[in-house]
Amino acid sequence: MKKLLFALLALLLIGTGLAQTTVRVGLAEDPDVLDPDLGRTYVGRIVFASLCDKLFDITPGLEIIPQLATGYSTSDDGLSLTINLREGVKFHDGTEFNAEAAKYNIERSKNLPGSNRASELAQVDSVEVVDDYTVQLNLTQPFSPLIALLADRAGMMVSPTAAEAEGENFGNAPVCAGPFKFVERVAQDRIELEKFADYWDAENIMIDGVVFLPIPDSSVRLANLQSGDLEMIERAAATDLATIEADPNLVLPSAASLGYQGITINLSNPEARDNPLSNDVRVREALDLSIDRDVINNVVFDGQFIVGNQAVPPSSPWYVEDYPITGRDVEKAKALLAEAGVENVAFELMVANNPQGVQVGEIIQAMAGEAGFTVSIAATEFATALDLQEQGQYDAFVVGWSGRIDPDGNIHAFQTCEGNLNETGWCDAAVDEALNAARAEADTAARYELYKNAAMSYLPDRHIIYLYHTQLFFPHTNKLEGFNAYPDGIIRFQGVSLN
Amino acid sequence: MLPFIFQRIFTAIPTLIIVTVMVFSIQRLLPGDPALILAGEEQDPQVIEYIRDKYRLNDPIPVQYFAWLGQVLQGNLGQSIRTNQPVTQLIFQKLPVTIELALISILIAVLISIPVGVISAVRKNSLIDYTGTFFALSGLSIPNFWLGIMLILLISVRWDLLPASGFVPFNEEPLENLKRMIMPAFVLGTGLAAVLMRQMRSSMLEVLKQDYIRTAEAKGLIKHLVVLRHALRNALIPVITILGLQLGGLLSGAVLTEQVFTIPGFGKLVVDAVFNRDYAVVQGVVLFTAAAYIFINLLVDVAYALANPRISFSGGKS
Repeated sequence: MKKLLFALLALLLIGTGLAQTTVRVGLAEDPDVLDPDLGRTYVGRIVFASLCDKLFDITPGLEIIPQLATGYSTSDDGLSLTINLREGVKFHDGTEFNAEAAKYNIERSKNLPGSNRASELAQVDSVEVVDDYTVQLNLTQPFSPLIALLADRAGMMVSPTAAEAEGENFGNAPVCAGPFKFVERVAQDRIELEKFADYWDAENIMIDGVVFLPIPDSSVRLANLQSGDLEMIERAAATDLATIEADPNLVLPSAASLGYQGITINLSNPEARDNPLSNDVRVREALDLSIDRDVINNVVFDGQFIVGNQAVPPSSPWYVEDYPITGRDVEKAKALLAEAGVENVAFELMVANNPQGVQVGEIIQAMAGEAGFTVSIAATEFATALDLQEQGQYDAFVVGWSGRIDPDGNIHAFQTCEGNLNETGWCDAAVDEALNAARAEADTAARYELYKNAAMSYLPDRHIIYLYHTQLFFPHTNKLEGFNAYPDGIIRFQGVSLN
Repeated sequence: MLPFIFQRIFTAIPTLIIVTVMVFSIQRLLPGDPALILAGEEQDPQVIEYIRDKYRLNDPIPVQYFAWLGQVLQGNLGQSIRTNQPVTQLIFQKLPVTIELALISILIAVLISIPVGVISAVRKNSLIDYTGTFFALSGLSIPNFWLGIMLILLISVRWDLLPASGFVPFNEEPLENLKRMIMPAFVLGTGLAAVLMRQMRSSMLEVLKQDYIRTAEAKGLIKHLVVLRHALRNALIPVITILGLQLGGLLSGAVLTEQVFTIPGFGKLVVDAVFNRDYAVVQGVVLFTAAAYIFINLLVDVAYALANPRISFSGGKS
């Protein structure tokens, strides 16, 4: 009897041991629709990485490597991109991945109504199937950022069979070719994925499943991790890091994000706003000089973020060394204001309505106050802030960008005259020309020069005062091994095991 | 009783229409454009225009309203702009979760408040009365979210007794479900318990002064029989009213508790929908909640009669 009991107990333990290889991840938000072509949130990209493999991927060092592709070549004129595809890859519904499927996907990204990928692939004119495992993308003009875009959502491959059958409801039960397949989603509660047995790189997948749980409150997210209800959380609050580091059961990998945070200044509505901040570059320079970025970082983010003054972090190969962070100089700021003929500049600083957003605003308010600015803080809920920004009803807005692999993604849409995200109203034909030329240039050194030339024009204008770059933290239990933090903030489970 | 019920349902219709008009207009008075939120970081103008067209956001507000009302009359509450799921499906997915939470909190509140209220009234101004009052006041004054986070830190993180947050459906794992529900239900229940306990106490004190109680005592009935059989039944009537009103409140008022404990219920649904300007979901949820309020109040009126047969539905004396 005792032996039987012991055997049963052992079985039970083995059973629970096996069941334990599901990794539960606490997300800061509930993802939006799970269709790579319609997806629009950063948090959605985290879920996609487990579901949908892409043509290309990146390394933690930001090198682009093939994933569902095996290689590529660009024609001499830069107008066609030939991609070789991996053989023996299956989608979760058994559909085979081949050139036809890749063609279907690129065309779907371009043509699906409401596709957020259409503008990313605007330069792709047509897709040709060369043979079973080779596609050729014909471009309207040379476009260097394309490979980096194909290493993100635009390069995610969905099953053509499922996409055709489900139409616009595809995102309710996505079928892709990633390491895990979709099981269930309960809105605002959980997204369950299970290991896909026929995954092409199955030997690198050592866990049986992933469950994503949206838990918006960062302290509750951390409490769940500490109590063992989660194995990993994303976007831990910088102020919680001391607690995490002191916990012997937790590990704290991190990576510098590709994005930035800064003050976007409205230049486009000068009459209505009638503010020297919009009208005079000297006033904007004075504001920049009044701010000590290190103080913001130390006070609000416990010194864990990275201060910066450009669209890319100082560690990026695209950072312009000739435009360093100058540091705080209140006297010079006052002198600039005097030169501009203004004594006191009053403006409203819109910030996100959360404790950290307000804190950043208050520090800027205090520091700029010493130089002669009267800053009133408008803590604004996100949806309202977006609307006010769209209508040009703001003076200055502390806002950020989550960042893209290619520098084009951080710069072009913000600094070109007709850019989607040009909310400042800045426009300079020479900068447009340089940034467009950088898109077409294939040679990295030549591209760098073009970005540098553009930066030396738009940075001193300070219509965006870049402040800092987020450090992304992914605290997890020490039972989880093999995890690497990536600068794009995406959680990849290749090589990750749970003991 | 039936004519009474029908009359109440009939008078509820204008109320519901007023509610829908108010929600519809207030939401659209709020700054914020759902198309901008939906378009995500990229803010592609073509995508924004597509979304505005798809969800008829370019139509004049009255046109949008009547289009929506027309759908509602056919039993279709529309689709969530954010997740594309039908609103009816979302409501029926989330409602059982919040109802379960509300019912457990009521159970906890009743189990605490009725005995404490009765004892406080019977032993007026005693130590037990003051202790009861102290806890009732604490229950009312401690904010839900603070109590929630403290309980999580103490019970889940420090002592590892219960899961910190989240939800498991009862039909899948009943025990796990209860383990996850007990803390939020307690947090939600403390506020309610405080209200009910104070109501129970004052109502009981009132009843204990009545002549018929003195008569019962004079007849030599044992004290606890007088209290339980004669006084409690009458004293419960105002408590039931409060309970009914609070149940409606709990359905929508579990908002903070659901946020803290990450329970995918009704409250969380509506808060997220407001922040995302997911108009269809907010409208659907508010309409449903208003209807639920009216229905619960009707149930309360019926419950009066069951607790005290002297109450009549015709308005006259029976």
